[in-house]
Amino acid sequence: MDISLQKVAYRYQENTPFETLAIKDVDINITSGSYTAIIGHTGSGKSTVLQHLNALLTPTSGNVVIGDRLIESGRKNKNLAPIRQKVGIVFQFPESQLFEETVEKDICFGPMNFGVSEEEAKHRAKKALREVGLSEEYLTKSPFDLSGGQMRRVAIAGVLAMEPEVLVLDEPTAGLDPRGRKEIMDMFYRLHKERNLTTILVTHSMEDAAIYADKIVIMNKGNVYKEGEPEAIFSNSEDLIEIGLNVPDIVRFQQKLETLLGYKLDRVHLNMETFIMEVSDHLKKKEDNQ
Amino acid sequence: MMGKMIIGRFVPIDSLLHRLDPRSKLIIVFLFICIVFLANNAATYFILAVYVGLMIMLSKVPFRYIYLGLRPILWLILFTFCLHLFFTKDGNLLFEYGWIKIYEEGLRMGILISLRFFLLIIMTSLLTLTTTPIELTDALETLLAPLKKVRFPVHELALMMSISLRFIPTLMDETEKIMKAQMARGVEFSSGPIKNRIKAIVPLLIPLFVNAFKRAEELATAMEARGYQGGDGRTKYRQLIWKQMDSVMIILLVLVAGLLLVFKS
Repeated sequence: MDISLQKVAYRYQENTPFETLAIKDVDINITSGSYTAIIGHTGSGKSTVLQHLNALLTPTSGNVVIGDRLIESGRKNKNLAPIRQKVGIVFQFPESQLFEETVEKDICFGPMNFGVSEEEAKHRAKKALREVGLSEEYLTKSPFDLSGGQMRRVAIAGVLAMEPEVLVLDEPTAGLDPRGRKEIMDMFYRLHKERNLTTILVTHSMEDAAIYADKIVIMNKGNVYKEGEPEAIFSNSEDLIEIGLNVPDIVRFQQKLETLLGYKLDRVHLNMETFIMEVSDHLKKKEDNQ
Repeated sequence: MMGKMIIGRFVPIDSLLHRLDPRSKLIIVFLFICIVFLANNAATYFILAVYVGLMIMLSKVPFRYIYLGLRPILWLILFTFCLHLFFTKDGNLLFEYGWIKIYEEGLRMGILISLRFFLLIIMTSLLTLTTTPIELTDALETLLAPLKKVRFPVHELALMMSISLRFIPTLMDETEKIMKAQMARGVEFSSGPIKNRIKAIVPLLIPLFVNAFKRAEELATAMEARGYQGGDGRTKYRQLIWKQMDSVMIILLVLVAGLLLVFKS
């Protein structure tokens, strides 16, 4: 399912002294089956953009097209349930949305709100729990007895069980240990590949964006600052440094190595293997020449 | 939705009322609440309305904004108005339709009582609109200080007050966050049958309570870690200074009270 934001602006607390313009003139196109990363500082408007993706917010001006639905500014949009079912959002610190007595009930909550039968919801709960890397014995436990990381996984399972076509992730690994981070990010990537799940990742981590995304959108001060493929975005580090962001560690390493060798590599490498291959090829050639 | 709530919210602008000592503001509002009950006819209510209008002007808070704050309680005022209108049976009969009988006294009482409500609410919201919660609790603490003699825990009370005021916006933000998360999971808070909407409160309230308790515990730990031990010997960063303008404002209110005494029937 495609989602596109067209000239979207959003004001918080309109017509009060606290009015603030969060985003303006934002154009973003998300094509079906893509993996898009949205990067930016806190306050750059990432979270506001994210809430337009399933019509939690209606733009102050501009349009949002979600699949075949048009969300226009200044209109009361009714019957949003189908959109909410198709676009699942994992919010920041999603463990704070858990409320049921058992993990199973909590995971079933979303699907059953969208009219899935109890039997089917339970089946999905089992499946989703397996996907997030927890065993079935957790189904009968209270979510409040789990550790923080396990709660996070249960909350994510609750969104996966809705079987959305588009998955929006708002810093899903904030506050987790490195191993948990990698496991969860890998899991999302696997789902993206296996089910052709359109994924939108809001993150601070240049590394995650470089590894997983096939398109990057950089937000700054409520605007889209830059967008494009990861290689293109990270091949020009000055632009990023100017707004206080940086390129991933591996790109910085490549830049240092290039000055050391006095040689420019063919392109920016975002993964270790191709990087090592090119460097070793280059060194071999140099040796042969001598 | 939350954006429209202004009760207990501070408007950060500069005005005469903003600069007043919070103690004098607190005393003024308290006195005002007392003298409102002196008013009982058109002339006295007119005097009060002029006074309140003057205060709104001095506060420089946009009028539209005060109206936004009043809107949630308009229903309550309307309700009291109707109670008086339909159930007071004094004076001449003005209107009759079936079992509905409206008397002159009922209409008069209805108008005056709702006006009283109106003025009281405007004055109290002006207090919170022009005074930060911290200033308010500071003022309360100094004003209540004499009660320490009878072992009344004034400092603890002020602390409780400032903590709860401090966390109103935090809890509001959190409510909104959890609402959105549950809406993304298919909960409808603002449409659908009433039964479903009432049910929708459960997935909102439980996480809110759980988080509030967690936060309270963290706050207590953080305070202890920084050596907090109550009011004795604790000095203040913000000093309250009583200025000439504070005395002037109080005298003004006393004058208004005098006028009310003269004109009341």
